[in-house]
Amino acid sequence: MASYKKEKGVVWDWLTTVDHKKLGIMYLIAGTLFFLKAGLMAVFMRIQLIMPENSFLTGQTFNEFITMHGTIMLFLAATPLLFAFMNFVIPLQIGARDVAFPFVNALGFWIFLSGGLLLSTSWFFGGGPDAGWTAYVPLSLNEEQLGLDFYVLGLQVSGIGTLISAINFLVTIINMRAPGMTMMRLPLFVWTSFVTSTLILFAFTPLAAGLALLMLERIFDAQFFNPAAGGNVVIWQHIFWIFGHPEVYILVLPAFGIISEVIPAFSRKRLFGYTAMVFATMIIAFLGFMVWAHHMFTVGIGPVANSIFAIATMTIAVPTGIKIFNWLFTMWGGKITFNTAMLFASSFVPTFVLGGVTGVMLAMAPVDYLYHDTYFVVAHFHYIIVGGIVLALFAGLFYWYPKMFNHKLNEKLGVVFFILFTIGFHLTFFVQHFLGLMGMPRRVYTYLGGQGLDEFNMISTIGTFFMSAAVIVLVINIVYSAIKGERVIGINDPWDARTLEWATPTPVPEYNFAQTPQIRSLDPLFYEKVHGDGTMKPAEPVDDIHMPNGSILPVIISIGLYFLGFGLIMLEMAEPIVSPWIVVALGGLLTFGGMAMRSLKDDHGYHIPKSVVKADLKKLGGGK
Amino acid sequence: MADDHLSKPFEKSSLTEAEKREMKRDIKKQFVVFILLLFLTVLAFVAVGADLIPNNFAVPFILILAIVQLLLQLLFFMHMKDKDHAWATVFMITGIFVTMPTIVALMLLIGVVKY
Ligand code: HEM
Ligand SMILES: [Cu+2]
Repeated sequence: MASYKKEKGVVWDWLTTVDHKKLGIMYLIAGTLFFLKAGLMAVFMRIQLIMPENSFLTGQTFNEFITMHGTIMLFLAATPLLFAFMNFVIPLQIGARDVAFPFVNALGFWIFLSGGLLLSTSWFFGGGPDAGWTAYVPLSLNEEQLGLDFYVLGLQVSGIGTLISAINFLVTIINMRAPGMTMMRLPLFVWTSFVTSTLILFAFTPLAAGLALLMLERIFDAQFFNPAAGGNVVIWQHIFWIFGHPEVYILVLPAFGIISEVIPAFSRKRLFGYTAMVFATMIIAFLGFMVWAHHMFTVGIGPVANSIFAIATMTIAVPTGIKIFNWLFTMWGGKITFNTAMLFASSFVPTFVLGGVTGVMLAMAPVDYLYHDTYFVVAHFHYIIVGGIVLALFAGLFYWYPKMFNHKLNEKLGVVFFILFTIGFHLTFFVQHFLGLMGMPRRVYTYLGGQGLDEFNMISTIGTFFMSAAVIVLVINIVYSAIKGERVIGINDPWDARTLEWATPTPVPEYNFAQTPQIRSLDPLFYEKVHGDGTMKPAEPVDDIHMPNGSILPVIISIGLYFLGFGLIMLEMAEPIVSPWIVVALGGLLTFGGMAMRSLKDDHGYHIPKSVVKADLKKLGGGK
Repeated sequence: MADDHLSKPFEKSSLTEAEKREMKRDIKKQFVVFILLLFLTVLAFVAVGADLIPNNFAVPFILILAIVQLLLQLLFFMHMKDKDHAWATVFMITGIFVTMPTIVALMLLIGVVKY
């Protein structure tokens, strides 16, 4: 058959890879860098707010920081970090050799990255966007601010990457499941990723449309929103939140999935109420689309609309409550191991409940007139985002780290990290509830002294220092563990866990499973440990394995999109060095040329010969 | 390269005789539906252009034709009538299920349609 793989240089290998595991690690690294960047901005903002009338940052810089912090955290940190785990884990958990379209997977990563870099380029051209991550018109129509053009085009580009990755996950989960892996045997992380991908499919499309309208209005002088020209500013808010509310569920559902993996693994019990969990996920997803106007209670859409959206919002508490109780019942009576992953996962539950409670408070439309645009809102969504999503990400990091990097993270440093982070998190955000109730507005760069706000702001900022220390401990942990951490090479299943990813050898071979496994139950590995000999039964004989070729085209197509976006932004620059249209044409050439190349050239991949697979099986153990 | 043969077409089809017959029938159906679609389009134009229908019925009439066309498109050209197409159908229906209330609510809220 086809020729066996040629050796490649390390850099070239990573640039051209279409392997879902390597892409997962690349998402993890890119997401972490963006997370650190946005986190640093948060620290700077908190230092500015440490005392009244501070002048550490100017108002303008502060506005740019809140905007970039929020935008980066949501689109370029949380999303790719979740995608990192989705990429790495989903194929392993469903018994597949890769995602359905490995090339598209690589393309998704590189397009996301080039969009993120395009947004970040704004710092070199007069400063970042400054209209908040919601970019409300007419504020975001300000022609002076080039940063907003970077916002519009950066998000547009990175959104394409997110969208195609999501479609890829959908096709993968539908088509690539191993024999016996029925939909109702999918691990909950796969289920929530599936539903999240559906949400991305239906929510990122309105976002793309909205951003396109904003781009037309800013760069090409269209008049959709400008009231002076008969436009309607409220339409932007609707479009934004029709995307924006589902977006929060896009982020939190995979986080729920991670928690639903970690808690059963370390409670030594199957997940309580699996079916209820699956349907609760779907109900949350559906309701997530029907509540967007709860962000607009104070706009004046009328009492009837406000009431309908208030009640719809509160309904979401029901399926979410089902989930909370199921996690509690999973832990109930379990033999719990409190390692770092489990500490994060179990502390997720009460923290998320706190965020949920303030969510229901905010859903009461009449009272929202008091909370709106105060620090109460900031406290609420950080309890969801940090107390929910980020805690789940840390749990997932410690849980899946051995599979991804062949060694564990240090547990002692992990516990220190957990304690510092928990203290810091609650110090920072708990007092912000009170700041909000006292009337401190959000997105304002300073405040007057002597209004009772001073102490709480001081406490909040000190909390941030604890969180920063915690993140530094995490970084030390990663470096330390890389050198000295407990190796798990040859140990497939270091946690004695339940799901299929732990049946693959460590390090995971590039084809994942030498033989596609036969799935006989929910928690398939656990089933084999109890009813079989602890290894998965193969569903096929050892044979040649067909693998996709790597390709540099995703990088080229993404570079093209970067220049396409940048060229369009140059149209707004006062004195561009070259004609913007040249840059647009160059970008278009790269992008569409790359796409044409991919379409016209046949690429059938290569085969790993049976002999090599057999040798690997002997060396690595794994399936028999 | 050793895998050049992969780009060459197979000499013999891998379809069974029954599948081949099925495919022929399918292609015939597609032609019929295609002509039907053209006919419906022409009908819409002619009916309005030549004043064949009363004025106040014109808009509902072409909307009905449009819906028929949409259904035909979905069933025959988007393969929704086929077996083994359940997932695509599920997603299509989910999409409609989600977007319809959204669009209706949006129109009511921004007052495009005033009742
Ligand atoms: C980990 C420590 C974090 C700290 C100390 C922090 C701090 C802040 C501060 C000071 C603001 C500005 C509040 C205002 O004036 O309205 C803010 C806004 C925001 N943060 Fe965070 N944040 C953190 C993590 C995160 C994470 C992980 C996310 C999302 C994944 C996030 C998402 C947001 C969003 C969406 C906004 C609103 C931005 C806007 O108003 O446009 N934050 N944060
Ligand atoms: Cu919302």
